[in-house]
Amino acid sequence: MNAMDLLEFARGPALWFSLFVLFAGSAWRVVAIVRLGKRPDLSEPRDARPFAGAMRGILQRMILRKELRSRSKLGAMQGYLYHAGLAVVVFGFLPHIAFVERLTGISWPALPGPLVYVAVALTIVSLSIVLLERLTDPVLRLISTFDDYFSWGVVFLPLVTGMAALGGWPQESAGSAPLYPVPLAIHLLSVELLLVWLPFGKLAHAFLVFGSRAVTGIAIARKGAAL
Amino acid sequence: MNAPGATTSEHEARARAAMAAAAAPDARRATQVLAAQVDRDVAWQLEACVRCGQCAEACHFHLATNDPRLAPVRKLQPLQTAYRRERVPFPALRQSLGLAPAELTAGELAEWSELVYDSCNLCGRCTLACPMGIDIAGLVRRSREGLCAGGFAPADLYKAAQRALDTGSPTGVGWPTLKRHIEVQQEETGIPIPVDVKGAEYLVILSSIEMANFPEVIGALARIFRQAKVSWTLPSRGFEATNVGIQIGSRDVAAALLSRIVEAAERLQVTHVISPECGHAYSALRWEGPNLLGRPYPFKVIHIVELLDQLVREGRLRLRGKDGRRLAFHDPCQLVRRGGVIEEPYRLLNAVSANPVEMPSSGAANFCCGGGGGVSAIGRAEGLRFAAFECKKRQVEAAGAEALVTACANCRNVLEEAIDHDGMQLPVLGLTELLSQYLAAEPGATG
Repeated sequence: MNAMDLLEFARGPALWFSLFVLFAGSAWRVVAIVRLGKRPDLSEPRDARPFAGAMRGILQRMILRKELRSRSKLGAMQGYLYHAGLAVVVFGFLPHIAFVERLTGISWPALPGPLVYVAVALTIVSLSIVLLERLTDPVLRLISTFDDYFSWGVVFLPLVTGMAALGGWPQESAGSAPLYPVPLAIHLLSVELLLVWLPFGKLAHAFLVFGSRAVTGIAIARKGAAL
Repeated sequence: MNAPGATTSEHEARARAAMAAAAAPDARRATQVLAAQVDRDVAWQLEACVRCGQCAEACHFHLATNDPRLAPVRKLQPLQTAYRRERVPFPALRQSLGLAPAELTAGELAEWSELVYDSCNLCGRCTLACPMGIDIAGLVRRSREGLCAGGFAPADLYKAAQRALDTGSPTGVGWPTLKRHIEVQQEETGIPIPVDVKGAEYLVILSSIEMANFPEVIGALARIFRQAKVSWTLPSRGFEATNVGIQIGSRDVAAALLSRIVEAAERLQVTHVISPECGHAYSALRWEGPNLLGRPYPFKVIHIVELLDQLVREGRLRLRGKDGRRLAFHDPCQLVRRGGVIEEPYRLLNAVSANPVEMPSSGAANFCCGGGGGVSAIGRAEGLRFAAFECKKRQVEAAGAEALVTACANCRNVLEEAIDHDGMQLPVLGLTELLSQYLAAEPGATG
């Protein structure tokens, strides 16, 4: 297999396989939860608007209560940073948008290149801090599993391979400059590894969080209790 | 869920059978019951955890000891293990392929007993902190079902549960004791205290700690209800509100104890049952009860604080004068954070206090007294409970409170013990009793 074959494999069969695993695996994970069912709550609710409770649960938990902020772990603040950084890199970088457009025909305006590079740098630093904290904080060390470290790795890897595909910190024209096929193929394969792993490990919180926050939001709204 | 329409004696028979089975510890039974706790909503939550450790920063047991073992999320490990071994799709296949976690052992469950019981008040502060919206306290409550059924709950709680089934009260307070208290309170207040009055509007029940330590609350209620012209009664059977079944984690015991109250309410045909100043009693009666019994109640449940607030707002309770001390309200977790009675106690306190002060993170994010969730009844947990009080103590000192007011007899008892243990000088008052001291005199009344 030469370099172009590898790139074609990464752009073709490997991509479609990873997308299939992503969607089928995610659907399976949700079905495995929903099939368990739940008995109706017979207590008299204070608030009988489950949808409102679910939405409140989903939205309100995006921000940590002020009373609990003072002793927050570093990771809580980093969480905002690397999630935002990843969003900027994944959805704002011109080559990524072009890639999605080639697959789906859908595109949107790209963010300025320098902004994306700053986001990459901040995300790498932020994820490094998060890993360092997981390795050194006594609570995090105790509760961490293989999933935590592996998931960290499959998120971090595409950032590194992406930088490598660009040949280091890019120049003014980067984004439209031709890329070498092998580094690009490796970048694509690292992203595909992330897509394949996402439904099965903790990265699935990308969609599970909505269910978890919603059911708690509903239960708490029934009681009129604190969320 | 128990069968709808089961009688009190049927509930009690099931509860006794559950307690008898728990006498012989069995890890397999514990695992099966743990796995059975996982429904759709629990699975959403167990699956969503990202092990961020935020919950540890909210837990007074962890904050006071810095012990990483006490991180709330870690307390869910037996439930997680049972779920991943027994409730996920194709469990037998996963087990045969080595993809399922190893079966829980008696040794592990005994070790986790300390985490699930001694170091958790089910206070729910961790629930507030979880960015994934996981109700960690609710899941610990479910975990207790498995540990209790398997025989891994603390011996003190088994004894209390057995006593509650045998005598009607976890502390053994029976009708003769309550009757004496009623007679004393009638003498002191000069107000007749109604017992077993059929057709009364409100049924008053009491927690065992109120009956044992704070019987003056009966007189306070008599004075309040006389002024507000509330039709009420105490029952001679089914008067015990404390529900050790909720604390130990036995749905069968909880249902049996609740069914006694429901039977009393139905026998006396009341329209409301007043949950007394006890956090877990409120949680048991108001939120868990209908689900444990498998049917909605034919009456409404109202917490005494909700009723008092309603009576003041309706102008049926007239107050005169105010306490001049710096009074801070200690929020009982099951009433405020977990129960939804958040504003009412503060309105009442402000009505009778000239100098109310607030502790940092008062209201929904308060620190627990350290004794909720049955912890105050676990002898081996006493040292940990006193250590955890440090968080509350810091809040009290920051507020500069000269007295604490609360609306849970267990909180009151636990706070008094901890205050005494720490050599502090700080009275702890019950909200109902405090309010009764500031009732405007009625024309022509002597009581």
